[in-house]
Amino acid sequence: MKHIKTITTRNLCESAKNGGCGECQTSCQSACKTSCGIANQKCENKNK
Amino acid sequence: MIHQYKLGGYNIVLDVCSGSVHVVDDIAYDLIAAYEDPSAVEKIAAAYPDVPVEEIQECYDQITELKEAGQLFAPDTFEPMAGALKQRTSGVVKALCLHVAHTCNLNCSYCFASQGKYHGERAVMSFEVGKRALDFLIENSGTRRNLEVDFFGGEPLMNFDVVKQLVAYARSVEKEKGKNFRFTLTTNGVLVDDDVIDFCNREMSNVVLSLDGRKEVHDRFRVDYAGNGSWEKIVPKFQKLVEARGGQNYYMRGTFTHANPDFLEDIKTMLDLGFTELSMEPVVCAPEDPSALTDEDLPIVLKQYEDLAELMRQRRREGRPFTFYHYMLDLSGGPCIYKRISGCGSGTEYMAVTPWGDLYPCHQFVGEEKFKLGDIWNGVDNTQVQDEFASCNVYARPDCKDCWARLYCSGGCAANAYHATGSVKGVYKYGCELFKKRMECAIMLAVSEEDDGTEEDL
Repeated sequence: MKHIKTITTRNLCESAKNGGCGECQTSCQSACKTSCGIANQKCENKNK
Repeated sequence: MIHQYKLGGYNIVLDVCSGSVHVVDDIAYDLIAAYEDPSAVEKIAAAYPDVPVEEIQECYDQITELKEAGQLFAPDTFEPMAGALKQRTSGVVKALCLHVAHTCNLNCSYCFASQGKYHGERAVMSFEVGKRALDFLIENSGTRRNLEVDFFGGEPLMNFDVVKQLVAYARSVEKEKGKNFRFTLTTNGVLVDDDVIDFCNREMSNVVLSLDGRKEVHDRFRVDYAGNGSWEKIVPKFQKLVEARGGQNYYMRGTFTHANPDFLEDIKTMLDLGFTELSMEPVVCAPEDPSALTDEDLPIVLKQYEDLAELMRQRRREGRPFTFYHYMLDLSGGPCIYKRISGCGSGTEYMAVTPWGDLYPCHQFVGEEKFKLGDIWNGVDNTQVQDEFASCNVYARPDCKDCWARLYCSGGCAANAYHATGSVKGVYKYGCELFKKRMECAIMLAVSEEDDGTEEDL
């Protein structure tokens, strides 16, 4: 019997290999302006 | 490190360092919690007398498989990478918040910018200062192509001619400089007219529209200098603007305070008015301010976040979806680990420019003289403050060390931390409680969306 269902996610450990291009949006610019949320940013790396 | 919680009918297990999300049944949920205990299988078997011990063992083996695959109990190996992204992009500026108007046509007492004046004189930015700011951005953006500029205030439409001139200038040079400007504008709506709507829809990649929701809530704070509420005046303008934009690329951004911790009612009002791209933010003010959120408000606010998630799930299933900024969690396409540990970029890749051309780490530090970084003519000369922001990352904050949400907030907002603790490397604990609840809700919604799209059930 299956007890665990794993959702598709980006593997953060793997993202260390090709990450860090810095092209993503500055975090709160043009949105909330008063709190820091990183996880809801889109990745803009073309080589990931 | 793992984080386990139950929400929306799901048992959710988040593996913090790998970013893996698992939906599990009760047995697996309890077994994962007890996994490190050598007698975990026996203990769980005793708790579930009707379940054969072989099945419990089988579940234990599944957990072990996930651990060996790096999807459960993954160790935190990221600390040496902290600061690497900022080092790699050191000296590169990619976003500016242009304070084109330190003045406002509304007089909201809860305004973090003290009615747009930032505790200083009223002022508007000249075209010459704004042009130099754009040149400063181009000169310091290195190989980065997309440059972000937010027209901010006060109320930026009180200096609309300069906004238009600055956009025209940027468009005239961006091609030859190999850049692409993404402009945004944050407005209270009072001066929105057809000209503004046409211009915004042509030039602004996003607009942020300030509306607090229910009329009585909005008009409690968002009043003109004669004390008249602004709700009646701005709502039709916002509706016209949003319709002309095709209902996209905007945020209806509200603030909730001690006066409306039940902010879900305000979100429902926004929905009733036809708005679907929503953001609702806790007020930023001194703890002694009457509008500040209190400890008594906290459970009410946390409940709103859960109920909001439920409403979003329900409306998505009904084919009437809407967006909430903080729940826009893309589990498979979100940011890399470098971004997650390096923080928001304030003071390094992002800065605010005052009407006089002074540079500050971000819009929330404007007016705090000791944080002045330099100016747009001579660049950053206060390297001590800039170094402090450059070294601001999730590992620089001892309070974040054992927090499961640290790779979702990157240590939080430096301005919130400074105002709560006196240090940009402190932690605004109240904000943390709200943030953690928002992430739990956002992950639950992502799980629910995937679950609704598959046949497989636990």
